[in-house]
Amino acid sequence: MTIAVNIRSEPADVSKPPVLEISNLAVSYRGSDGFQRVVHDVSLQVRPGEVVALVGESGSGKTTTAQAVIGLLAENGKLESGVVRLNGADIAGWSQKQLDTIRGSKISLIPQDPTSSLNPIKTIGAQVAEVLQIHRHGSRREIDARVIQLLSRVGLSEPELRARQYPHELSGGMRQRVLIAIAIALRPALIIADEPTSALDVTVQKRILDLIDELRSEYGTAVLLVTHDLGVAADRANHIVVLKGGRIQEQGPTAEVLASPRSEYTRQLLADAPSLSHVRTASRVRSQRVRGGDDAIVVENLVQDFTVGGRRSVLRAVDGVSFTVQRGTTHAIVGESGSGKTTTARSIVGFQKPTAGRILVDGIDVTSLRGENLRRFRKTIQLVYQNPFASLDPRQTIFQIVEEPLLNFDPLPREDRARKVRAILDRVGLPPSVLARLPHALSGGQRQRVAIARALVLDPQVLVLDEAVSALDVTVQAQILALLDELQQGLGLTYLFISHDLAVVRQVSDTVSVLHNGRQVDGGPVEDVFLRPGSAYTRELIDAIPGQRNTDSH
Amino acid sequence: MSRYVIGRIGQAALVLWAAFTISFVLLQALPGDAILIKFLNPELGLGPEQIAEIRASYAADSPLPVQYFHTVANFLTGHFGYSIHAGVPVGELILANLPPTLWLATLGLLLSVVLAVTLAALSALSPLGWLRYFIQSIPSFFISTPVFWLGILLIQVFSFQLKLIPVINPGPWEALILPVLTLAVPISAPLAQILMRNIDHVLTEPFVAVARAKGASHRWVLWKHVAKNAFLPTLTIGGILFGELLAGAVVTEAVFGLNGLGGLTQRSVNDQDIAVLQAIVVFSAAAFVLINLTVDLLYPVFDPRLRVRQGAVA
Repeated sequence: MTIAVNIRSEPADVSKPPVLEISNLAVSYRGSDGFQRVVHDVSLQVRPGEVVALVGESGSGKTTTAQAVIGLLAENGKLESGVVRLNGADIAGWSQKQLDTIRGSKISLIPQDPTSSLNPIKTIGAQVAEVLQIHRHGSRREIDARVIQLLSRVGLSEPELRARQYPHELSGGMRQRVLIAIAIALRPALIIADEPTSALDVTVQKRILDLIDELRSEYGTAVLLVTHDLGVAADRANHIVVLKGGRIQEQGPTAEVLASPRSEYTRQLLADAPSLSHVRTASRVRSQRVRGGDDAIVVENLVQDFTVGGRRSVLRAVDGVSFTVQRGTTHAIVGESGSGKTTTARSIVGFQKPTAGRILVDGIDVTSLRGENLRRFRKTIQLVYQNPFASLDPRQTIFQIVEEPLLNFDPLPREDRARKVRAILDRVGLPPSVLARLPHALSGGQRQRVAIARALVLDPQVLVLDEAVSALDVTVQAQILALLDELQQGLGLTYLFISHDLAVVRQVSDTVSVLHNGRQVDGGPVEDVFLRPGSAYTRELIDAIPGQRNTDSH
Repeated sequence: MSRYVIGRIGQAALVLWAAFTISFVLLQALPGDAILIKFLNPELGLGPEQIAEIRASYAADSPLPVQYFHTVANFLTGHFGYSIHAGVPVGELILANLPPTLWLATLGLLLSVVLAVTLAALSALSPLGWLRYFIQSIPSFFISTPVFWLGILLIQVFSFQLKLIPVINPGPWEALILPVLTLAVPISAPLAQILMRNIDHVLTEPFVAVARAKGASHRWVLWKHVAKNAFLPTLTIGGILFGELLAGAVVTEAVFGLNGLGGLTQRSVNDQDIAVLQAIVVFSAAAFVLINLTVDLLYPVFDPRLRVRQGAVA
C-alpha cells in the first residue's frame, strides 16, 4: 500500500491527570431471575486529548461500560460497585439530578445510530440550541449565532438552511455531524463516542472519524471510543481496551496490542478482522480458478428505472452495468448505500423486470421468464439476506424454515424431506438439536447458518449473498466466510457477493464490480482493482478502509 | 391541492356513500314498517283503503331500487324526507335535537382528553414503580365500566346521596355534568392506554438518550421531546373514538333523559321511523368522516416528515 503512512497519534502525556478514571466497575441488569452482572471489574483511564478504544463483540459489555460512565444505563441497569472519576470527582454515586449538571457540559455523547438519535419533529437548529439552553449559555440571539457557528464548524454546508431543516431532510452522515456539533457545543472534557460510525458508509465513516480527530486535537478533549471494529480502533486510538463477556482481556498502547497481543482472544480478534488481515489473505491462491469454464452469470448493460412520486419522475437506480461470473467463482458487487448494488441483485434473481439489458443465469434468460417458469427458476438461484434476525419467521421451527423451500417444488415424501433437511443442516455445521428450536433461541451466527441451509436445500447453482455477513461479529463473520468458502469448493457454487465492506470483498471474491450512483466505475479481478483502481471513487473507497494506519508493521 | 388531500377527500366521499347504502339496505330489510305501526292502531279506525292511500303518499310500496335512487337524489339536494311518527321534516327534527348532543359530545371528548393526559402524565412522572403500575391499570378499569351502570351510579351518589345536583329540573349546565362524566370515563380509557404506551416507547428512542446526554432532566425530556411524539399517534385514535362517543351518547341520553340525537335515535328505532334513522346514520357518518378527514389533514401540520420535501438535500 502506498498510502499506509504511519500517522499514529502521539502517546498521551502521562504527567497530566486523567480526565476519566474507572476502577473496578461492576454493572448488573435486572432480569427475570434477579440481577445478572454484565460488567466485571473494569478499570481504565483516559487522559486529556487521548482516544481510548473499548473494543469487543456484541454482548462484551462495552456499551454498558460507556453508559455507566455517563449515567445513562437502561432502567433495569445498576452500577453495583466501583469508582468513576471525572476530573478527580467520583460521579459513580451521583443522582440523576447531579449528573444533569455535567452531562452535555463536562461529558457528552456521540450516539451510534444518527437516523434515530435526533427528534424527528424538531428542527436541527432547535436540537443543537437545546444543549446551550439547558446549561444557560447566553441569550436567545447568542445561542442562535452559536448554533450556526457550530453547524459550520462540523462541516455542514449552508448552516442557516440546515438549522431550519428537520432530521429526515439530512443524510445519515450529515445527521452524525449535527450530533457531533451537539457533543462539542460546550467543549466538554470527555466525549463518549458509542459506535459513532457503525451505521455509516465507509467513505462517510472516514470523514466523520477525521472530524472527531480534528476536534479532539483542537479542543484537547478526551474521547472514549466504543467500537466493534478493530480497524477503526487501530487507526484512531492511543490506547486499546479489549473486552469479552464483561471482563477486560487486555489493554495497552494501540501499537503494542496490535503488534504483540498478550491474550488469546485478542489474537483471535486480530486474525478474524478482515481489515487488518488483508495482507495475509491477499496471497490466497484464488486467481487459479478464474480461468476457462463456462459463465454462470452474464449481465449485459443492465438498466433499472423506478418511478418516484406517482408517475412524475423516473429514478435510474442502475445504469448500464455489465459483468460475467464464471461457474464456481465469487463475484462481488461493491458500493455504498444508494449505489444500486441491491437493485442489481434483485434484477438478477428475477424479482423485477429490468428496464433494459440482458441477464443470463445458468444459461436461462431471466428477463423473459414469467409465471411458472420464473418460479422454477428460483431452484437455480437463491438469496441469503443481511439480517438473520429478520429473515427467519420467528414462529417457525428451524426444521420448518429449512423444509419450506422443498414443499414449494417437486413434492418429496416426508422422510426424504426430513433426511435432506438434516443433511443440509449438518453441512452448514449445525447440530441436529436445533431442529425443533425457534430462531430466537439461536445466536446470530447460527441463524445465518440456518439462512444458508434454507438457500442450499434446493441445490441451487448460484447463491446471492446480500450483505450476508455484515450484521455479524468479526469472529462469527470469519466462521461464516470459511463455511461459504468450504461450501463453494465442495458444491461448485457460484456466489454473487453484495457488500459495502471492501476488506471482506478483497478476502473472499475472485472478481469485483464497483458501483457508484448506479454506474459501474470499476471492475475486473479483485487484486487488479485493489492494486490499480481504475477510478477516483474506487481509490477513495480503498483509502477509507479502516485499519491501514497501524498495520504497515505487519 | 395536493394528491394527498384529493385522495383523502375521495375516500371520505366513498365511506359516506357506503354508509348510506348499507344502512338503506339494512333498514329496508327490517320486518314491518313505521306506517303499519302508526296507522294500524285500531283507535285511529282507518280502513284498508285509507292506509293504502297513505302508503302511496309516502311511496312506501314502489320498488326498492326506485326508492334508493329517489332517496339518494333527495339527500344530495338536502331533503331528508318526513318523519312518519312526528310528521315533521327530518332535517328540522335533527336540528332541534342536535344542541344537547353536540354539547355532550364536545365536553365529553374534552374531559376524556383531560382525564387521559392527566393519567399518562401522572404515570410518566411517578418516581415509584408500584405507583406507576397502579396508575397504568386504571384505564383497564375504566374501559370495562358499562356506561349505563356508571350513569346510574353517579346519579345515586351525586344526586340522591350527596344531593349536589338536583334530579328534577336541573339548570342547563348542571344537567350536563353527570352525563359528560359518564360519557368521558370509558372514552378516556383507550386514549390513556395508548398515550402511556407511546410515552414508554418514545422514552426508549435513542434521541431521548441524546437529550439526556445533553443534561436535560426527566421532566424536560418528557415535556420537550416525548409529549409531542407520543401524542401524534393518538390523533388517529381520537378520530376513531368519536364513533364510540356517538354510540355512548345514545345510552347516556337514555339514562339521563336528555332530549338529544341519542334520545331521538332510540325513539325512532322503537317506532321504526326509517326516514329519521336513515338521516341520523348519514349525519353521524358524515360527522365521523369529517373528523377523521380533519385529523388526516392536520397530521402534516404536526409532523414535518409528512410535509412535502422542501429545500436542498445535498
